[in-house]
Amino acid sequence: MGLTNKSTGTGILEKELKIDKTTPNDKIIALGGNPNVGKSTVFNNLTGLNQHTGNWPGKTVTNAQGNYFYKNNNFILVDIPGTYSLMANSVEEEIARDFICFGNPDITVIVVDATCLERNLNLVIQTLEITPKVVVCVNLMDEAERKGISINLKELSKHLGVPVVGTSAVKAKSLNELMDAVSDVASNKITPNTINIVYEELIEKAISKVEDEVKPLLQDRLNPRWVALKLIDGDKTLIASMNKYLDMNLTEEDALMSQIHEARAFLNAEGIDSDVFRDKIVSHLVMTAEKVSSMVVSFKNENYNDRDRKIDKYLTSKKFGFPLMIFLLSVVFWITITGANVPSAMLADGLFWIEDKLTLFFTSLGTPPWVHGLLVTGVYRTLAWVVSVMLPPMAIFFPLFTLLEDLGYLPRVAFNLDNYFKKACACGKQALTMCMGFGCNAAGIIGCRIIDSPRERLMAIITNNFVPCNGRFPTLIAVITMFFAGAIAGPFQSVVSALILTGVIILGVVMTLTISKILSKTLLKGIPSTFTLELPPYRKPQIGKVIVRSIFDRTLFVLGRAVVVAAPAGLVIWTMANIYIGDLSILTHCANFFDPFARLIGLDGYILMAFILGFPANEIVIPIMIMCYMSAGSMLELDSLAQLRDLLVSNGWTSLTAVCVMLFSLMHWPCATACLTIKKETQSFKWMLISFLVPTITGIVICFIVANTVRFIGLI
Amino acid sequence: MNHYDIPLSALPLGEKCKVKKLISDGSIRRRMLDLGLIDDTIVEALQQSPSGDPVAYLIRGAVIALRREVASMILVEAL
Repeated sequence: MGLTNKSTGTGILEKELKIDKTTPNDKIIALGGNPNVGKSTVFNNLTGLNQHTGNWPGKTVTNAQGNYFYKNNNFILVDIPGTYSLMANSVEEEIARDFICFGNPDITVIVVDATCLERNLNLVIQTLEITPKVVVCVNLMDEAERKGISINLKELSKHLGVPVVGTSAVKAKSLNELMDAVSDVASNKITPNTINIVYEELIEKAISKVEDEVKPLLQDRLNPRWVALKLIDGDKTLIASMNKYLDMNLTEEDALMSQIHEARAFLNAEGIDSDVFRDKIVSHLVMTAEKVSSMVVSFKNENYNDRDRKIDKYLTSKKFGFPLMIFLLSVVFWITITGANVPSAMLADGLFWIEDKLTLFFTSLGTPPWVHGLLVTGVYRTLAWVVSVMLPPMAIFFPLFTLLEDLGYLPRVAFNLDNYFKKACACGKQALTMCMGFGCNAAGIIGCRIIDSPRERLMAIITNNFVPCNGRFPTLIAVITMFFAGAIAGPFQSVVSALILTGVIILGVVMTLTISKILSKTLLKGIPSTFTLELPPYRKPQIGKVIVRSIFDRTLFVLGRAVVVAAPAGLVIWTMANIYIGDLSILTHCANFFDPFARLIGLDGYILMAFILGFPANEIVIPIMIMCYMSAGSMLELDSLAQLRDLLVSNGWTSLTAVCVMLFSLMHWPCATACLTIKKETQSFKWMLISFLVPTITGIVICFIVANTVRFIGLI
Repeated sequence: MNHYDIPLSALPLGEKCKVKKLISDGSIRRRMLDLGLIDDTIVEALQQSPSGDPVAYLIRGAVIALRREVASMILVEAL
């Protein structure tokens, strides 16, 4: 759900590695680390930029940058993708490596997880092979302490040969020490004396052969020993990147090429073919990490992870795994629905009171009726509806969901559901991108970058829209409350609403799996690829921070976008409703045009038009429907869901219409932002079109079947 | 290969083992190595997904879920 103006398009540097310095004294800091080590939190605390963080691996899917002013120096922080290694096995690893190699960082900070140091050291050691200008930030020291893990930072620094600073990123104070170390290394006050990674003799011989040849070519731009190692390994991505960023085509250097060839022949003769070579390199790095770790880490209690295992025994067990998942989802919805009722009504009261005052004001000014109509009944009223219907559920749902995310529950959802995704020939991480889709489908689509296989990524992108985003939740909640839960009195009403909403979401998940399966048998044929899913330790979320962050970072952003779209939409609708051609307004003409088709799928012309006009943002679908009905009918005051229900019923809504509206809301075209994001992510108009058509056709077919079955049986 | 070796996928839950051999190549092998699955690494089978697959393993302090197909390409010696 990482939805900010950054994740939806602007300010992202991806392929372009050049960072613009404002003054030549600016220092560039590359911030790297394994996924899910609190790297983004460190980044946020330093820059104040609210890049969204969550407790699941692979959250930072693109580079973000921000500034930090410390002791009269401006530091430009660049958040590089979280990776376990820099061997360019995936796109993220390639981006991370390329930035460290070619982005000219003055210093690279590697953030590591204190509770899992050994695994994290692998990346540190790989980075040290590339550059000595490194500071290691051992994050989550507080978590480690709680688990009885202690780390001798001094000793670690001695072994690695670079400064090591312990932080708990949730406490911003500990970051000063980090910045001191960074300043010192960046300004060359400390000369790192890094750990020597020495491979076995035969490999060292091969490396030195190539190193001598490549050194003069590199002119100090890269570490020749490391480049030599990669060249022998046959890393084509490095050669391509050197060509791209250094304008250096190594394949044309005949002397070098023959030296590499010779080195490989030499190794081969000794029984070290390319696979064995890679094994030996990686094994050596892993063993070095193990050795260093064993010298600096001590455990008070060997079973420090027992608590997590116990929680997992419930949350992912055969008996409780699924029921608990559905229960948690329902609870989140229940709190959202119950909590949103009162503020929604209050907001509506307040905003419509203002409308009355505005009307009086316009009357007193003596402006022509159309000015008042356009601005107050058109623009203002639509805005008021968007705010009062959308804001409360969002402001409650976002923080709740973020809490689940920060706790580390979402990867468990992926773990629980994985087998179904496997059967649909999809990637289990698709469950994570679906979760991101709850916030915003555009963010979910960008999140699909965590899926490595291009086929599976496309499947996740195309089906992401089957998860209702925050723009569609309030529509669903409003319809459920009006038509299905309204009859039940008392506290059970919101329980029933929450259960129905949960059912809708489950339907969305089932559709995702079904369509994925169909896609993998037709357009995107293939077998599921291998992937690994990390289940990170559970963490205590920072509740205060979560609330502030989700309200400012997400709620207001999403609402702002909706408002920007709603104002002109209100203007258009009012105009269409008040310009007549013949006896009927343009609005009615349009609605009549859509009506026959809309009836076929259980809707009516106005509803279908509201969905079409809601293309820029789903948030405005319900407000547009209301505007349409109100301009066509005579009702003027509308300040509760009960009155809204009356308005809808008087316009021919039945419970079948309500069901079809919900189904169509769940399954129709992605909004404009999502479409643009798909275009950008897939680099293809064709896949954007398919992503548009798949949910649309699915929705039309399902609504058609439901509407006509019900009519045929004669239920309604 | 030792005749005591079994695929990791056959390791009962709650049991520990030692990695003996990876029978994969290319990118899968690299991924396995990145996880730290080198010879003699201790792996513990923790928990099975309620949908039957994958299984979560404790590998070098991290909990990693592996699908059956992947786990069957890792030969281990039960401890």
